[in-house]
Amino acid sequence: MIAGLERIVGREQVLTKEEELRLYEYDGSVETGRPDCVVFPGNKSEVVEIARWSNRNGVPMVGRGAGTGLSGGALAREGGVQVVFSRMNRILAVDYENQRAVVEPGVVNLELSRAVARAGLQYAPDPSSQKSCTIGGNVSENAGGPHTLRYGVTTNHILGLEVVMPDGEMYRIGGAAVDAPGYDLVGLFVGSEGTLGLVVEITAKLTRLPESVKTLLAVFETTDDATETVVALTARGITPAACEMMDGWTIRVVESWIRAGLPTDAGALLLIEVDGPREAAEEQAAAVVETCRAHKAREVRTAKDEREREALWKARKNAFGAVGRVAPDCYVQDGVIPRTRLPETLRRIGEIGKRHGFEVGNIFHAGDGNLHPMLCFDRREPGTFERAMAAASEIIALCVELGGSITGEHGVGMEKDRLMPLLFSETDLELMKRVRSAFNPSGLLNPGKLFPVSKSCGEIRAPAMGRGPSEPIEGARNERVGSDAETRGGTQR
Amino acid sequence: MSGSEEKLAQSLAAIAGEANTSGDPSATGEYAIHGVTPKAMVRPANAEEIAEILRMCAAEKLGVVARGAGTKIGMGGAAARYDVALVTTRLEKVHGYDPGDLTLSVEAGARMADVGKLLGEHRQFLPLSVPYQKRATIGGTVASGVDSPLRQGYGSARDFLLGAEFVTGDGTRAKSGGRVVKNVAGYDLHKLFIGSLGTLGILTRLNFKTFPVAEASGGFLALFREESGAIDFVRRIAQSPVAPATLEILSPAMAGVLGGQARLDGTELAPVESWLPRSGWAAMAGFGGSEKVLRRFEAELGRMANESGAAGTIALDEGQRAQAEERLREAIPLLLEASPAATIVRASVLPSRIGEIFAAGRRSGEKHGIPAAILARGVGVVYVAFLPGTSDGTIFEGLAAAASEVVQAAEAAQGFGWIPWCPDGLKNLATIWGSGRPDAALMRRVKQAFDSGGILSPGRFFGGI
Ligand SMILES: Cc1cc2nc3c(=O)[nH]c(=O)nc-3n(C[C@H](O)[C@H](O)[C@H](O)COP(=O)(O)OP(=O)(O)OC[C@H]3O[C@@H](n4cnc5c(N)ncnc54)[C@H](O)[C@@H]3O)c2cc1C
Repeated sequence: MIAGLERIVGREQVLTKEEELRLYEYDGSVETGRPDCVVFPGNKSEVVEIARWSNRNGVPMVGRGAGTGLSGGALAREGGVQVVFSRMNRILAVDYENQRAVVEPGVVNLELSRAVARAGLQYAPDPSSQKSCTIGGNVSENAGGPHTLRYGVTTNHILGLEVVMPDGEMYRIGGAAVDAPGYDLVGLFVGSEGTLGLVVEITAKLTRLPESVKTLLAVFETTDDATETVVALTARGITPAACEMMDGWTIRVVESWIRAGLPTDAGALLLIEVDGPREAAEEQAAAVVETCRAHKAREVRTAKDEREREALWKARKNAFGAVGRVAPDCYVQDGVIPRTRLPETLRRIGEIGKRHGFEVGNIFHAGDGNLHPMLCFDRREPGTFERAMAAASEIIALCVELGGSITGEHGVGMEKDRLMPLLFSETDLELMKRVRSAFNPSGLLNPGKLFPVSKSCGEIRAPAMGRGPSEPIEGARNERVGSDAETRGGTQR
Repeated sequence: MSGSEEKLAQSLAAIAGEANTSGDPSATGEYAIHGVTPKAMVRPANAEEIAEILRMCAAEKLGVVARGAGTKIGMGGAAARYDVALVTTRLEKVHGYDPGDLTLSVEAGARMADVGKLLGEHRQFLPLSVPYQKRATIGGTVASGVDSPLRQGYGSARDFLLGAEFVTGDGTRAKSGGRVVKNVAGYDLHKLFIGSLGTLGILTRLNFKTFPVAEASGGFLALFREESGAIDFVRRIAQSPVAPATLEILSPAMAGVLGGQARLDGTELAPVESWLPRSGWAAMAGFGGSEKVLRRFEAELGRMANESGAAGTIALDEGQRAQAEERLREAIPLLLEASPAATIVRASVLPSRIGEIFAAGRRSGEKHGIPAAILARGVGVVYVAFLPGTSDGTIFEGLAAAASEVVQAAEAAQGFGWIPWCPDGLKNLATIWGSGRPDAALMRRVKQAFDSGGILSPGRFFGGI
């Protein structure tokens, strides 16, 4: 059967050896799922052929970008073929005047922003993993990032897609112009976690880089003061471009590795960025400083130059990696709450952690109430793994109790399928399944994701084995990404 | 009332009560769409009643058309079956408004005006500045997919609708999304409802992100002799740090229609004759911010208007901007009133190609001898309204041809075009949905998943769905 795949993409673009496959059984999550083979299509028609092959042979198929996903979305839960998009990494066209880009799914998020920066443009959604994650993966997860507070998440920036359905049919949905008539299929596909079709081309909006950016670091004695500040900013109608929070524990861990000059004796800090026309950014910065001070900020620093600014963001964006150095295992959660409940929620998360014997670290998108509590543990100690999972489940249940969600950006995947009933009734899920079946009738595309496989609810799936902090596996990620730099540069208009 | 109508009204009354049901032609007449009167009208009180009604209708294969205040019910095709008018206006409760979190959860029949008032008390708003603001319901606004001048700065409903509850064609209550500003759990089914014209389900509750009202607001108008100047001005704005909340271009005829004396739903609109010029092409921007930001924007816009060769410019104060926005918001009803057979094409193209739609609108108007008025939004949405002086059937052929030509021009410009508003007699003549799309097959599958019995507004939607 594998010979069929090799005929489509060439022998060297198919992996079947045990030791090669092992690299692809992980993503950024604590889950695993080993594919029976991995293929690297080079273009759309190869993807079409692969889908036909999978359909003909009844073999499950799952798409994969960079494998940085944090919910096991790209893992081959039921085996089969993993379709890795790392070779389809060309920026196909940039329309500077209309602020649009057409890209292949394997383009790395940051590469697109870099490619258009000269023209004063950016691709706004900026997940912290943007140096490695792909736009195809972003589309599938509806990824967010620090600056999505102001600029919106992935779905707000995607206008058109070309998708290959599990039976090999290819469709263009949406388009370069706004308001394609008919149902908003693009809105449905973005965030569908690779369960409806394989995305082979993306038309995205580009956004003007702001005229002025101010990055502020507000230092607080307690987490309460920091969270109260976020509540006050929101209530005052101040929408910074980004508003990220780091608690004391995380500050110390991060600083010990990254050395960005963070105050290691602080209780919490807020990394706030305001941007826009010069006057607006200045006024917003002043309002932010005033609000921070009114809520007992010990110090509010403004980054003096681009270098300082970059150092602060580096600390933020590499925090998960830093945490990985201090604990053998780390489980990053992703929940959302109404922003008004931030102070109380963080306190209760701390209590939940304590009760299960953990110190919980917090580094998250505070401005939109998107929490990322981290549970660090050593699974070699008997029972700790189970306790970590139990604590995580309680935290997510708390988010739901407060009117929030089980995931703000990392997705459901195979991590939270069992938590879906906390938010959705059986009839809600039935309808969603019907929609999945409308596109993926055989269920061969990305099986075992999103929907609870068994009826037991409220528990996070305990994976068979797990891995440390949420960094992608090096070998798997880098093997084929970024080999096509010249083509990329050369195809821009 | 015939026997079957009486029986239907009785069954509906058993669910929603006598007072909220009618099968009497004298009462159902006002719910006629494109000349077809439904057998019965029902005004359920809540989602549970809607579910019961739909279960009954599904069992009996009755066509159901949902409506709020009915202000946009003329959009879309004629229903293939229209037995029951389901009116949502009794679902008007606000379930949760959390000003501190900037989120709102409201029933589908709530009126836009009431929601606006509520949010206004907290100096917040929903950027859906849609026509018939006084009467329109929030569910009808979302389901009809009408757009708003504020989309330039705030995006369209798909950008701030956080979740929804609805009843599908088999009478199942379901929901998607949630109430928090960030959420990726499950499919975003609620997005499918935007502009779906009641063909997927009946919205019962909607959750939105709300926005703070800017500290101050102002506007700017630049007048050009030629449309090319206005287009150039808008292009420059897109490349500048100026971030307007609204941005449109009005053809002279459009300014004529929008700028006159106008009454709507019994209220006089604030007069704009004193400052809105009616000759030349007007480009108008509205924006918010501090006084300092407003002054900066005015200066930048003045400079860019100059570079684009403006014949004149006016800085609009807060009051004038509000008046302008009211006119822009109510453009559709004002156009529909301006002609007995008004036919409005909605085209969307890349912003750099709006000139092609302007040209097509003008060309077709001249060719078929019908006055055309044009309104373009900065994001690339262009409304071309053909406004014949008569509704005499003899003009229909020319009117249909003119509208279809503009739709084709939009498609030729790699955009989209369709005809949301036209006289009933034109619905079959003109290709109101354009020439079809490659993904129509996928849309049918979506419809099938939500309404396998095909009872919800059958035939009213895109491609005859
Ligand atoms: C350190 C770190 C920080 C992170 N920070 C953020 C953050 O700030 N915000 C955020 O939202 N996420 C964050 N993430 C999570 C992750 O990076 C995102 O979910 C990202 O969008 C995944 O992209 P990927 O290319 O790695 O996709 P993968 O993990 O490879 O796949 C993700 C999903 O997309 C599907 N998929 C991939 N490509 C396609 C395609 N072409 N067609 C169809 N389906 C496809 C897969 O099947 C899978 O379901 C972070 C992860 C790490 C490790």
